[in-house]
Amino acid sequence: MSERVEALAARVESCLRDELTRVPSTCGQLTYEVPAERWVAVAERFRNEPELGFEMLIDLCAVDYSEYGNSEWQTFQATGSGFSRGVNRGTAAAAHFAAAQAGAGSSGVDGVSPETAEAASGRRFAVVCHLLSLQHNCRVRLRAFCPEDDRPMIDSLVGVWASANWFEREAFDLFGVLFRGHPDLRRILTDYGFIGHPFRKDFPLIGHVEVRYDPTKGRVVYEPVSIEPRTLVPKVIREDHRYEPQIHDEASFREAGNRA
Amino acid sequence: MPEIQSYTMNFGPQHPAAHGVLRLVLELDGETIHKADPHIGLLHRATEKLAESKPFNQSIGYMDRLDYVSMMCNEHGYVLAIEKLLGITPPKRAQYIRVMFDEITRIMNHLLWLGTHGLDIGAMTMFLYCFREREDLMDCYEAVSGTRMHATYYRPGGVYRDLPEQMPRYQPSKFRTARELEQMNRARAGSMLDFLDDFTSRFPACVDDYETLLTDNRIWKQRTVNIGVVSPERALQLGFTGPMLRGSGVAWDLRKKQPYEVYDEVDFDIPVGVNGDCYDRYLVRIEEMRQSNRIVRQCIEWLRANPGPVMLEDRKIAPPSRVEMKDDMESLIHHFKLFTEGYCVPAGEAYAAVEHPKGEFGVYLVSDGANKPYRLKIRPPGFVHLSALDEMVQGHMLADVVAVIGTQDIVFGEIDR
Repeated sequence: MSERVEALAARVESCLRDELTRVPSTCGQLTYEVPAERWVAVAERFRNEPELGFEMLIDLCAVDYSEYGNSEWQTFQATGSGFSRGVNRGTAAAAHFAAAQAGAGSSGVDGVSPETAEAASGRRFAVVCHLLSLQHNCRVRLRAFCPEDDRPMIDSLVGVWASANWFEREAFDLFGVLFRGHPDLRRILTDYGFIGHPFRKDFPLIGHVEVRYDPTKGRVVYEPVSIEPRTLVPKVIREDHRYEPQIHDEASFREAGNRA
Repeated sequence: MPEIQSYTMNFGPQHPAAHGVLRLVLELDGETIHKADPHIGLLHRATEKLAESKPFNQSIGYMDRLDYVSMMCNEHGYVLAIEKLLGITPPKRAQYIRVMFDEITRIMNHLLWLGTHGLDIGAMTMFLYCFREREDLMDCYEAVSGTRMHATYYRPGGVYRDLPEQMPRYQPSKFRTARELEQMNRARAGSMLDFLDDFTSRFPACVDDYETLLTDNRIWKQRTVNIGVVSPERALQLGFTGPMLRGSGVAWDLRKKQPYEVYDEVDFDIPVGVNGDCYDRYLVRIEEMRQSNRIVRQCIEWLRANPGPVMLEDRKIAPPSRVEMKDDMESLIHHFKLFTEGYCVPAGEAYAAVEHPKGEFGVYLVSDGANKPYRLKIRPPGFVHLSALDEMVQGHMLADVVAVIGTQDIVFGEIDR
C-alpha cells in the first residue's frame, strides 16, 4: 500500500510540483496543501491530467482549527487548581473572536496579544476535499486554508465537479465559508432564518435560541436558551509514547501490508 | 404575450412518498417538472458537533441513528476511522463478524428499500413480503446486541461480544397454540449461526418470489424503465456511489476495489447495470441481495470453524472483562479510565470508507491527540444522490418524482445528520 501511495505522490509531484506542498500524514493517506488562490486550477489539473485522473469528488468539508490542541482540562495542575467541569472553555476562540470584532487597530484584548492574533490569521478555516480516482484506484486529500479568518472565502469547485454543489452549501451553512462563484449559495441544513454558523468552535453546543409553541400568541416563538452549558467529559490531551510518529507509521504500514 | 403556464408546488415534508422529511419545491409546467428544489435539514441533529463533545466510544450510538435502516454499516465506517488513527487491527473473528453483519445489514436495507419503493409506485404486496424476511434479520441484531435497530455493536478493536450460543425463543402465551409456537421456534433450536444458516438457505427462494412479482410485471416496468436515466459520465461527475453508480454501468465497489476487513477472502460478484435507469438499479439491488446472502453463508462457515477472541486484548482501548476487574487492580484502573475519560487518539487525520448499502459511507476524522474527535465529517451517500435529484427529474412527469426518490434509496437520518 505504501509503495502505491509513494507512486501516486511521485505522479502528483511531477505534474504539479510548485503548486502544492505535501503534508506529513499518519495513516498512509496522501494529503496536500494548496494555496487558496490556486484551489480551482489545481483541482482541474487533478481531474484532467491523465496521470492523475481523479474523476470524483467524494467529499468536501470545512474545518475550524481555532481550538486545535487546546484541552479543556489541565491535567498536570489538576490537584493544585481543583477539578472543574471545564465549562469555562479555552478562551482562544472567544478572544480571537473579540479581537476580530474590535478591529485590527485596538490592542489589549485579554489573553491574546495583537501579534499572536495576527500570526494566526489565515490558519483558522480550512476547506478539505477528498478525491477518488476510479481508473487508478487511489485517493488523495487536498486542503486549502482560507486567507481571511473573519471573512473566510475561497473559490468554488462546482465547475470542476458538480457534486461539490451541496457540500459547499453545507460548508457555508455550518462554518460560514463563502465560495466564490457558487451558483446557489443558500443555507441547506439549518432552519429557515437561522443566525450564525453552528459548527464553528465558538458556537456553543447548546445553541443560542430555543423554540416552543406559545399558546397565547398562537404561534411558535424563539427564546434565548434556558439550559446551562455542561461538559460531561472534559477534553484531555495526553502524550503517549506508543503514538510517536515513527512507530505509528510503521504500524500502519504493516497493517496495510497485511491487508493488501 | 404568451400566458405563463408554470406553477410551483410544494411536495412534503409530510408526504408518505417523500421517505421522511423531504420538502420538495417543484416548478411544474402542466405535469412536467421544470425544476425540483429539495429543502433538507428538517432532521438535522448536528451529529458531527455532538461527536466533537464526547469521547470517541460514546458517539458510536449516534452512528446507528444516521442511516437508521442500515445501522451497523454506519458504525463500521466510524470505527474503521478510529482504528486507522490508532493503528490497530481487530482480531480475524471480529472482522468476519463485521463482514457478516454488514451483509445482513445490506439485505435489511435493500428489503426495506424494495418494500417502500414498491409501495410508492403501486406494488402493495412487496411491502408485506419484504418486512416478513426483514424481521428475521432484526432478530439477529437483537440476539447479538440486545436491540433490534440501534445496535452499538462494533467497537474500535473488535465487536462488543461474541455471537450468542443460543438464539432466543418465543415463549408460550395464551395467544398462540402449541403448534404455532413450535413452528415459530423451529429454526431457533440452536445458536444464532444455525438460525442464520436456516435463513440464508431459504432467502434465495424469497428473492425469486419478489422477482416473480416485479421483474416482468408490466406496471412495474412502465413505472421504472427509462425513468431517471443517468449516464456513467454524469454519475461520476455527480459523485454517485454504490448501486446508483453501478446501475449506470460503472463497475466500482469498495469491497472489491479497496477491500477492508476480510472482503478479499470471501467470494462474491458485483452486479452492474446497463441503462442507468430506475429498472436497472432495481435489478442491481436485487442481485446484491443474492450476493450478500452468499457472503453471509461463507462467513457462517468460517465462524463455525474458527472460534477465538472478538476484541483486542489492548487494555488501553478495550475494557477488561468484569471478572478481571473484580480482582485485579490494574484492570480496575483501566476500566475506570476508559469509562470516565476514554482513550486518547494520536494527532492526525484519517478518512475511512465502507461500501454502505446506499453507496460510499465515509468518515473523515481529525484528531488533535485528545480523547474526543477534533472534527468528524460524515460523508453520507444519500446526501450526494439527493443533490442530483433536480437533474434526474427534469423533464419527467410529477408521478416519476416518486419513482426517482424511491430509486435513490433516501433516508433522512444520514442526509440531514
